[in-house]
Amino acid sequence: MSKDELDKKSMKALLAIASAWYDQMKAGEIPSISLPTRTKYNIEYDDASEVWKYGDKESLRTAATAKSATHLLKMAYVIGFVKQQLIENRSSTLREMYYISEGWKRAKFGAQEESNFLIEDLEIISEVPREGFHLHPEENGASIYGPMRIKEETRRGLRSIHCQDDVGQAGYTIPNNVENIEFVDHDAKFVIALETGGMYDRLIENGFDEEYNAILVHLKGQPARSTRRMLNKISTTWDLPVLVFTDGDPWSYRIYASVAYGAIKSAHMSEMLATPKAQFLGLQPSDIRDYNLPSDKLSEKDVEALNAELTDPRFANDYWKKQINLQIDMGLKSEQQAFAARGLDFVTKKYLPARLSEMGII
Amino acid sequence: MVLADELAKQQRSISVAEFFEKNKHLLGFDSPTRGVITTIKEAVDNALDACEEAQVLPDIYISIKKTGNDIFRIIVEDNGPGIVPAQVPFVFGKLLYGSRFHQIRQTRGQQGIGISAAVLYAQLTSGVPTIVISRTGGKEPASRFEIQIKIETNEPDIISEKQYDWDRIHGTRVQIEFKSTMSAKKKLLEYLRYTSIVNPHARFRVELDDESFTFERVSQEVIACPEAIQPHPHGIEFGQLKRMAAASEEKLLEFLVEGFSRVGKKSAQEMCDKAGLKGTVKVKGLSTDHLKALHGAMQGVAVPAPPSSQCLSPIGEELIRRGLDKEFQMDFVAARTRPSSVFSGHSFMVEAAIGYGGKLPPEGNAIILRFANRVPLMYQQGACAITGCISNVNWKAYNISQQGLPVGPILILVHVASTNVPFTSESKDAIASIPEIEKEIVLALQDLGRDLKNFLSRRDKNKLAEDRARAVCAIIPELAAKVSEIVEKPLVETSPIEGKLMRKLIAKKSTRDGNVIIEVINYAGHDGEISVYDISHDNAAGASPKPDFVTDVEGQFTKVWKVVVPPQKIWRVTYSGKGGGMLDIRGIEDNKKMVVDLDV
Repeated sequence: MSKDELDKKSMKALLAIASAWYDQMKAGEIPSISLPTRTKYNIEYDDASEVWKYGDKESLRTAATAKSATHLLKMAYVIGFVKQQLIENRSSTLREMYYISEGWKRAKFGAQEESNFLIEDLEIISEVPREGFHLHPEENGASIYGPMRIKEETRRGLRSIHCQDDVGQAGYTIPNNVENIEFVDHDAKFVIALETGGMYDRLIENGFDEEYNAILVHLKGQPARSTRRMLNKISTTWDLPVLVFTDGDPWSYRIYASVAYGAIKSAHMSEMLATPKAQFLGLQPSDIRDYNLPSDKLSEKDVEALNAELTDPRFANDYWKKQINLQIDMGLKSEQQAFAARGLDFVTKKYLPARLSEMGII
Repeated sequence: MVLADELAKQQRSISVAEFFEKNKHLLGFDSPTRGVITTIKEAVDNALDACEEAQVLPDIYISIKKTGNDIFRIIVEDNGPGIVPAQVPFVFGKLLYGSRFHQIRQTRGQQGIGISAAVLYAQLTSGVPTIVISRTGGKEPASRFEIQIKIETNEPDIISEKQYDWDRIHGTRVQIEFKSTMSAKKKLLEYLRYTSIVNPHARFRVELDDESFTFERVSQEVIACPEAIQPHPHGIEFGQLKRMAAASEEKLLEFLVEGFSRVGKKSAQEMCDKAGLKGTVKVKGLSTDHLKALHGAMQGVAVPAPPSSQCLSPIGEELIRRGLDKEFQMDFVAARTRPSSVFSGHSFMVEAAIGYGGKLPPEGNAIILRFANRVPLMYQQGACAITGCISNVNWKAYNISQQGLPVGPILILVHVASTNVPFTSESKDAIASIPEIEKEIVLALQDLGRDLKNFLSRRDKNKLAEDRARAVCAIIPELAAKVSEIVEKPLVETSPIEGKLMRKLIAKKSTRDGNVIIEVINYAGHDGEISVYDISHDNAAGASPKPDFVTDVEGQFTKVWKVVVPPQKIWRVTYSGKGGGMLDIRGIEDNKKMVVDLDV
């Protein structure tokens, strides 16, 4: 969807909410709005799209009490604010909007958490991502490096960028609104999303991207929305395999899960943010054993997290059962950089080629 | 044998005083801090009991002054009937001496050891003899005693005795000096406050160091003194029966009818038959075996519960409420007096009260006030059956959060009155777990829980209505303005929503740009004939329409308009001012009106 199309969709959806309230009040009714219940008990796996979404449970908010009425009033102020942003083609961060609400008297937010939550509500009702409201988080997405060309509509005009040739050694920084990016062409065979900056730098330094025609994406830990959106768009636009390379501990498996299946907090956006085809590359518990990697002992919390993952539907398959049980038996975890113990080129010359051919990627 | 002879030389009887000298904890003197409270408690118990017997309104003076290093002088003075001079040395100078020990009725002090134990403690720690002044009436002179206890024999040791010129006509004054500290001052005041709650007919004046406090009486009525009753056949122990039999000159049938509570000729005959004894035999001559058979037969025959109305003295729901109101500012108080009941042949009665909100601490465990025979129980809360019962009630059923004990701005009072309160130990701090008593406590608490739940739901309903009014009158118009602006259509009218939601007479006050506007909108469906009271610092000189009258009390102006608002009509007044203050509508029932201050 182009930026213009998205702007139009947002405007239409937001005005629809306000119009509904207007009509309700005109008919002498108390204005109300219906929202999906946003708890983990209302999250369902959608077989068709292979992502986690909100279920059917809805709650009705009517302005019949001061609390609910205030909530609707705040929502109305946000809608008015976003409408103005769309008209003036401006954007702001979530934090900026929170500060702007200071002037809204009775409708002002008590905390940024509250305004963030309300934006998520609006995303769910309007089926428009917050980028469509010209609202973005303060921090940028992570970086990307590899044989691909994009066009980004920037404040200074349209720019065409090749993510290997036109960027510095840190790569191209994913903007907070991926919708402004047009995917032009590429010369890649697959994408590797990396948890740590150290491994991202190692692969670039060793020329892994050129040797194997790989696009490298730095996740920066638990990936931001725009990073997940970027992976989703690369995967859907170019139909490239996406591989996730993390540390070998329970928390890293959750990073993989949020890339592949989506997070509860953004379940309403899963189709846009999750990449169901993403595969887990490593670091696998069996790698710790097979490559005899330097490792740390699992803490009590690690074991707890691993056990929780055994009952998590997102990990309910033979591969994960085997790997997680193996890890619990070994009682060990390792970091991506542990491969350096076998030499600085070990990961690019030995481990990745072996693992990627085992996965049928190369 | 030689050893036995040696030991025999050392063996001798121990006097009660000697025994307690070594076991001070049994009397509540295990620490210097507790000593003060125990002493005052014993003296106050005696004073209140005495006043009750003499049917006078208790006026009790308590003073605590430091006289030396760690030595405190404690004075308790009452306006009771006084003690005849011949008895004074025994009451204060002999442990286990008392008039109430043998009687079956509700009394505060039961065992007659309290105050003499304080005398003993005083002579052990400070060596100063206890001074007692007492006067039994206007025609009698007052006597002043200096007393100690002969520990080896548990007999009073009168150091001096003389006539004394006392301005009181009747009463008793005790002055005891012993080693102590005032670190438990808060607890002591708490004890006195609680005592005044359950003795609402008594006044306590207290001087601690240089501070003074008064716990005023809220009832001018002298409480009826409980009367002693005969023992109940079901509660009597074998030893007591044997002693009564030995002292009796009567025949068995008469002995049973005369000597026991609620035993008539018919049930007495039944007891005789069951025991295989003739009603005409002399009781004195009965063998131990016969008495055992009789004791068994007495338990087996159905006898009505002992008469509680004369031997018990409940505080009463009204006076408990007034007592609590006096000492705690709460939003809600309810009290229950349960019908009397029986355990092991002893009459008892449970009273309870529950208070909520007001100035009670909003968080943490409920405040628990435990009483036995109008005496506060200050220690061992955790070991007490009352605490156990409070924890066992499912408070969540009454919309009160609970972590064992109920949590929140709650106060719970439980009073157990009995002819024989079952304490867990000699120091009388906690009530033992007797199923019959526990059942009554739980029933009383559940009853009160329902009352509290009603209060809370009424309050929540009012709050919800208030909340609703605020939403409808203040927020929805704002929402309408914003929404109309977004959709770029004319301002949508919201008063139909108000009408729909309220069906009431709504009064709104708002202040904008130095103008105060009061609007009264009648959604009630019939004429509203009302008076509008507006109290604030504005004098409303230029009001339109003009108020019907205005009063000025130190810059607070009360403006009153008398108006009739027809259904679906709006009455409006405007004046220049700063607003604030209070708006009220009179002449219409509370549930048919709603007052909203839009400036809040």
